[in-house]
Amino acid sequence: MTNETKPSSTSGAWTPRIVAFFCNWCTYTAADLAGVSRMKHAANARIIRLMCSGRVDPQFITDALAKGADGVLIGGCHPNDCHYVEGNYKCLRRYQMLKRMIADMGIEPERLRLEWISAAEGEKVKRVINEMTETITRLGPLGIPQKFDEWDREMKHFAEHVAAREAAAGSACAEHGGKPESLEPAHA
Amino acid sequence: MKPIVPKKNEPIRIGYYICHCGTNIAGMVDVEAVAKYVAALPNVAISRNYKYMCSDPGQELIQQDIREHRLNRIVVEACSPLLHEHTFRKATEAAGLNPFYVQMVNTREHNSWVHTDRTEATRKAMALARAAVQRVPHHKPLEVKKVPVNPNVLIVGGGIGGIHAALTLANAGKIVYLVEKEATIGGHMAKFDKTFPTLDCAMCVLSPKMASVGSHPNIHLWTYSEVARVDGYVGNFQVAVRRKPRYILEDLCTGCQECVAACVFKEPKFADEFNLGLGKRKPVFLPFAQAIPPVVMIDPEVCLNFKRGKNPDGSRTVSDKCKKTCVEACGDRKAIDFKQTEEIKNINVGTIIMATGFQIFDAKRTPFFGYGVYPNVYNALEIERIINASGPTEGEIIMRNGQRPKKVAIVHCVGSRDENTNRWCSRVCCLYSLKLAHLIKEHTDAEVYNFYIDMRTPGKSMEEFYNRIAEEGMHLIRGKVADVYPDPNDGSTGRLVVQAEDTLTNKILKIPVDMVVLSVGLEPHPDAEALRRMFNLSCSSEGWFLERHPKLAPVNTFTDGIFLAGCCQGPKDIPDTVAQAGAAASEAFALIDRGHVEQEPNTAYILADECSGCKSCIPLCPYTAITFDEPRKKAIINEALCKGCGTCVASCPSGSIVQNLFEDEEIFSEIDGVLAPLPA
Repeated sequence: MTNETKPSSTSGAWTPRIVAFFCNWCTYTAADLAGVSRMKHAANARIIRLMCSGRVDPQFITDALAKGADGVLIGGCHPNDCHYVEGNYKCLRRYQMLKRMIADMGIEPERLRLEWISAAEGEKVKRVINEMTETITRLGPLGIPQKFDEWDREMKHFAEHVAAREAAAGSACAEHGGKPESLEPAHA
Repeated sequence: MKPIVPKKNEPIRIGYYICHCGTNIAGMVDVEAVAKYVAALPNVAISRNYKYMCSDPGQELIQQDIREHRLNRIVVEACSPLLHEHTFRKATEAAGLNPFYVQMVNTREHNSWVHTDRTEATRKAMALARAAVQRVPHHKPLEVKKVPVNPNVLIVGGGIGGIHAALTLANAGKIVYLVEKEATIGGHMAKFDKTFPTLDCAMCVLSPKMASVGSHPNIHLWTYSEVARVDGYVGNFQVAVRRKPRYILEDLCTGCQECVAACVFKEPKFADEFNLGLGKRKPVFLPFAQAIPPVVMIDPEVCLNFKRGKNPDGSRTVSDKCKKTCVEACGDRKAIDFKQTEEIKNINVGTIIMATGFQIFDAKRTPFFGYGVYPNVYNALEIERIINASGPTEGEIIMRNGQRPKKVAIVHCVGSRDENTNRWCSRVCCLYSLKLAHLIKEHTDAEVYNFYIDMRTPGKSMEEFYNRIAEEGMHLIRGKVADVYPDPNDGSTGRLVVQAEDTLTNKILKIPVDMVVLSVGLEPHPDAEALRRMFNLSCSSEGWFLERHPKLAPVNTFTDGIFLAGCCQGPKDIPDTVAQAGAAASEAFALIDRGHVEQEPNTAYILADECSGCKSCIPLCPYTAITFDEPRKKAIINEALCKGCGTCVASCPSGSIVQNLFEDEEIFSEIDGVLAPLPA
């Protein structure tokens, strides 16, 4: 994907929002190097700086996806190069487990990506961000906040329905002990 | 300036500043629109845009606003925090506000410099600004940790770089530990004959410095030693040095070499490492005449007093097979000790300088040049020893077949500028090739052919040197050598044909020569990989130690307190090595003189009330900073050992570990901020 052909928000079209957690010593520095070298790439990544990829709590990733991120990128030092010795290995373990978990939740695993990028690899930052933007553009928006809204509306509708049935059955319900007879199945 | 003490429940008042950075940011980001957007965000009291925030007026703007508008948080959207976080923290502190109430937003390196669409760049700037504005209210008033710096210095590597750094620091009154792997200091420079461009003798220039090191009261010279282990951090490194046994008591040996003369081996029989195998030595030997320390050593592999092979614990068994004429010759000095074992010395230093140098390219990896196959093919370092008056042939250029060459080919770029081996230019080979051409011609009056790709002679007086050499009648052929093979007309004498295309005349040349010299390139030292893991340094993709910034911090590394000098950072000549060694020494000296280092207060601590005692965090810390308090059944973090990686924080199931500067609330609010909907 060339940097000229990324989807433009000026046209109002959707474009992926990727939250990136970069470790201070390698990946963040590499992103700075990409900047200093003026390596143009897609504008879809928002970088959050941490001291080590080991700091990445799985909750950060799930929170990002829940708040509307279409993808999450984690950047750390290459194995054996972690500034804090082993933090990147711990990140790797958590990432492997989280990947399985989000797959079970129905989220495409390609939306979560872990890359080892060293401080000299500005070129790799450009390539990874471009690739990920392209992949997620292809997958389409994840839109979990919108899904939350939808589910809230469904639940509200369902609650109203149950209340209505209870009210209807309530007048003839003394023997049943107030329990409704049948329930509509919840929407999938 | 009286410090501003935050009152409890005081409303947050954020001062937000977006920098134009000239046109670097403003050229791509609509800074006024961003400032306007931020002005409407919660808790923002001031929102400004300004041309150069890092300038004095820019910083004064922040300070003035802090005073006049009672600001208690600052957000600066500009370049990378790795560049100017310190600047804005200092400016804020000078105005009386805690410096850790500052948050920087990287909108230059990560935004305006790498994107091409103004609208997208502006929206990204807004999203990042919002994240910071939501994060900064959670910041706490932290205090910087001050750590004292041990004034001792460790220098790893005793070549010209390490020697120069050691002398500079020792002369300034600091205690220096100079650890060198070989039995003597001197490095590669000790093997050279003359140095370009002045053609002064390498040893004449080097040995006074070596002697100074040997006799300097402030330098602990530990040769035949290696660093075994490094712990600690800037200002406080604990280093274990392994001193290998040379079976000679260094303090007692006078360097008289009577043991060598008396050795039962009447003639030297074993390959001499200093002469790259071209000469011979005995089992007991002085590495070279000007060795510092001037102490002999015994090679246990060939000395008859040792059984072959090592014991499982690495020691050697003394066999008593030999008459020990060496001990007899040593007499009252009793400097020989066959039972010597390796010794581990533990030292504390505050700063470390890496000066471990390079290795030359192994020309066997380019087999078409015939190195190791045809006896008259040499690499440049071997020629240095042959030309040298104290070398194996006493300065006479005599080849392996006993003959003197009448025609010599010098092949440039062996193992350099080559996609199949090393892509980089090794910087010194064109110059040393010209030097060798001159010396060979001087010693033998032979015809010399230089085959080069480009003639690269950067540096002071180097172009003049090239002109001088060119005028002496060398044949300079611009064409990379494709093949070296035995002369079909004259193969029995060892004559070789060098085949190359002369790209200036477009002709294929096949030139018969007696001797071929391969100008081998420079490569990272084979120990570089192991060393950098021990010292926690980064390497470039080629294997050279990585400097913090190629222009602005060429001797610093990403590990505070460790500096680089010489070819371990990249190929360079002697003047540049010495200059860099001086720079590294002065960086170390600056730390020592200041006396303390300020550590970023990003350590973690445990909220004891919330800790459930599950012990999940304890095995995670690579610095063993977390221990378990059995009586109270809670985990505790030792702040002095904590490096602030945050790995334990992320693992705690009850969320009871907090990392200063990177608290969970702070990160969550950043995530929320970057994803918040923007105005259409």
